[in-house]
Amino acid sequence: MNEIADRPPPEEEEPTTSAGRLMLRQKAGGIIPPVLTAIFAFFMGGVVIAISGHNPLSAYAGILDGAGVNWFWDHFGNTSVLDLTTFNLTQTLLRTTTFIFTGLAVAFAFRCGLFNIGGQGQYTMGLVVGIWVGAYWGNSLPNGLHVVIGVTLAALAGAIWAGIAGLLKAFVGAHEVITTIMLNWIAYWFASYCFGQGGPLQNTTPGQESNPISDSVYQKSNAIIPVLWGNEGLQALHYGIFLAIAALVVFWIVLNRTTLGYEVRAVGFNPEAAAYGGISVKKNFFLAMAISGLFAGLAAGTDIFGWKYSAGVLDVQASTVGFAGIAVALLGRSTAVGVGLAAFVFAGLDYGTTRGLDPNVFEPTLAGNLSLMIQGLVVLFVGADLLILYLWSLRKKRFATPRMSGKGV
Amino acid sequence: MRAVESPLMSDAPTVLEMRGITKQFPSVLANDDVSFDLVRGEVHALLGENGAGKSTLMNILYGLYKPDAGEIRIGGKPVSFGSAKDAIASGLGMVHQHFMLIPVMTVAENIVLASEPTQAAGALLDYNAARAQVRDLALQFGFGIDPDAKIEDISVGQQQRVEILKALYRRADILILDEPTAVLTPQEASELFSILRNLQREGMSIIFISHKLNEVLEIADRITVLRRGRAIDTVPREGATEEGLARLMVGREVLLRVDKPPATPGEVVLELDDVHVRDDRELEKVRGVSLQVRAGEIVGIAGVDGNGQTELVEAISGLRKRESGRIVIGGRETALHAGVRSMLESGVGHIPEDRHRYGLVLDFTLAENAALHDFRYRPDSRFGWLFPRVLAARTQRLLKEFDVRGGNPQTKARTLSGGNQQKLVAAREVDRDPRVLIAAQPTRGLDVGAIEYLHRRLVEERDRGRAILLISLELEEVLSLSDRILVMYEGEIVAEHAFGTTEEDIGVEMLGGQREAVA
Repeated sequence: MNEIADRPPPEEEEPTTSAGRLMLRQKAGGIIPPVLTAIFAFFMGGVVIAISGHNPLSAYAGILDGAGVNWFWDHFGNTSVLDLTTFNLTQTLLRTTTFIFTGLAVAFAFRCGLFNIGGQGQYTMGLVVGIWVGAYWGNSLPNGLHVVIGVTLAALAGAIWAGIAGLLKAFVGAHEVITTIMLNWIAYWFASYCFGQGGPLQNTTPGQESNPISDSVYQKSNAIIPVLWGNEGLQALHYGIFLAIAALVVFWIVLNRTTLGYEVRAVGFNPEAAAYGGISVKKNFFLAMAISGLFAGLAAGTDIFGWKYSAGVLDVQASTVGFAGIAVALLGRSTAVGVGLAAFVFAGLDYGTTRGLDPNVFEPTLAGNLSLMIQGLVVLFVGADLLILYLWSLRKKRFATPRMSGKGV
Repeated sequence: MRAVESPLMSDAPTVLEMRGITKQFPSVLANDDVSFDLVRGEVHALLGENGAGKSTLMNILYGLYKPDAGEIRIGGKPVSFGSAKDAIASGLGMVHQHFMLIPVMTVAENIVLASEPTQAAGALLDYNAARAQVRDLALQFGFGIDPDAKIEDISVGQQQRVEILKALYRRADILILDEPTAVLTPQEASELFSILRNLQREGMSIIFISHKLNEVLEIADRITVLRRGRAIDTVPREGATEEGLARLMVGREVLLRVDKPPATPGEVVLELDDVHVRDDRELEKVRGVSLQVRAGEIVGIAGVDGNGQTELVEAISGLRKRESGRIVIGGRETALHAGVRSMLESGVGHIPEDRHRYGLVLDFTLAENAALHDFRYRPDSRFGWLFPRVLAARTQRLLKEFDVRGGNPQTKARTLSGGNQQKLVAAREVDRDPRVLIAAQPTRGLDVGAIEYLHRRLVEERDRGRAILLISLELEEVLSLSDRILVMYEGEIVAEHAFGTTEEDIGVEMLGGQREAVA
């Protein structure tokens, strides 16, 4: 008790939103904490691998190969070799594209002091709209225009879905964590209905009427995002990855170089000061959520028109890309560069532990769980390193910087 | 250092001596060869501006920091504290500005915590014994406090007494109080002082940390002034004056009284007519206020906290919608539901009462904070595109013009001291060239140097023809700065005075008394 009682009290005013406080802690440590977080999560994963009776080092080497990272030393600079290594890398990059978008969907709201847990639901609504546009109408449109319209409407669907939570937050004060989780379930069942037997978007191909899966954009209209790298028939990497990279740039520019971003960040740090500055807090709650949802919808749009082409009830129900976005945003510290890198790490982990993993190294049944486990550990350690940073800042307040130890120093 | 012996103390033993204490922090020399001593039964004030090194010195004494050089003697014996536990064992007790109490536990439980009387072989708290001990202790030192009350149910002033009792319970005979009046109402502060005098009579030695001149003169026997980490002088209370102490604190002549020429009011710039405002709980806090502020005059509103001043300011600045009534700015009537932006555009500038909560986004840079109102207009931005270099250039100019120290445009506002933060807020508001400037508690929590600067600046702005509405809970500030004084009580303006009124006149009106009662 004495130790607690005798510690000088923290003096500094904290941001008034919980996400704002989290942000502050995250920013305090620079790039070191997220790197340590990732290393520690992988280390703990290694411990679990060892407990399960495998060699962690060979398992991780297997995961790296599974993710296609060995391309960088096997074929670096040579994009013409289309072997397994190249294929694995393209698969990792496909998922990177998705994770960048879903990561930004969490990160943008975060910068406004909001937790967008609803990336999954926003993504799902984007899937439904993307498939509806791509496979069920607009076949008379030129392919390029069809794709643009499809991706745009999928993005808008995500924006509207998240915007609902933003409006509820702004006008009745409903907490966005609760409402986005509820909207996730609504989207889940809505999409299950659409793609399920007898649903409006269920397969119309003769002989396929009993499959709980939608028509394929590829077969119906062939309106797809062109292939960048790989074999068109084998889930090749599409040009959407450039859209994802552009989204990272736009994210940075909007936040740091526009009045919109200024308002969003002001509200995120201190809604009351923002209001005093003449900024509408309600408007920004809505806009930040809607823009977040836009990113999640873009993930769905590029997935549908880029490589998935169709979606079934099982796809909708098993998908976790929206939730992976939370881990991406947390590890990436809600910054553009951080989200980009974290998306690549999680994408590699996702593919490298599942389809890409050599079954001789590690049973795929175990490996899939390893991916989820490391994701979970990262989220856990992000929370833990915030705690560590917090304790560290107390320590610093006490021993290092007199100004922070109390106003009366 | 001049050796000072109060006649009262001449034969009392020295209980504490600190000699040549030096503490270097990475960026600042917080204590530079500071010496300090305390004799039995005295109140020795440690006076200095924010950042002068008062708390560092006391944290060293209390074992929280290790000094780089210097010696501490207690009762003549040299001591070295590794932690606060050692300090407590040597008879030191410290009451921090922020209390370390557990809200859901009772007064008695909080006081005995960590050294509680037990029964059943140490397994159970002997609550009755604890309560009896606390009651005895309270009686001995003349504290009125209920041992069974829960901390969360008692006032801040009483919580502070619990902290003091906690130290006494641990057998402290040297008490360190860190800015004890900062959290108290004037009434509670005078109660604290009578408690301190009781303790003094019982032989306690007290170190009283403060930056307020009047209270130091009221309670201390001796006063040691710190400035930028150095002990400047130790003086006895007898013969000390506020002006003299302020000069020691700041290192130059300080004008404690505002020196201002008479106002030359021009046309009416701000006019309120029968304004009614409700608070968040729908209570009518402003009940028909009418007032006028002319160009080139300062109108002050005096009143006890909670009589509608906050809501009035919020209504004029557009943060809160008024229920009814007219607000006319520069001859143009504002809409009943005008928001912050519309009020800003009509020419209202507003130094808010809480700079951390409203005035600044602490995690924004100074440049971003300086643009808090204007970021959406040219030249700060165009078509939604911000120009960071324009922001930085203007901020650089403001920092220079308003003497804001300790940062550049890219520094986070959080890292500035309170006085510099407030100067930045004032700079931003004045730079927008508003017709009406509302200054709500403009000097709250600031030290004398910053207060002097802001007061002088407000008078300068007045003389440039701005209409200034000053709202302050510091009666002295209202009286010395205002050309006209309005007294607000329960949401109404109950009296108006010209410059030169006395505190006594207004004091009664602030509490709802009638004018006749004073005359």
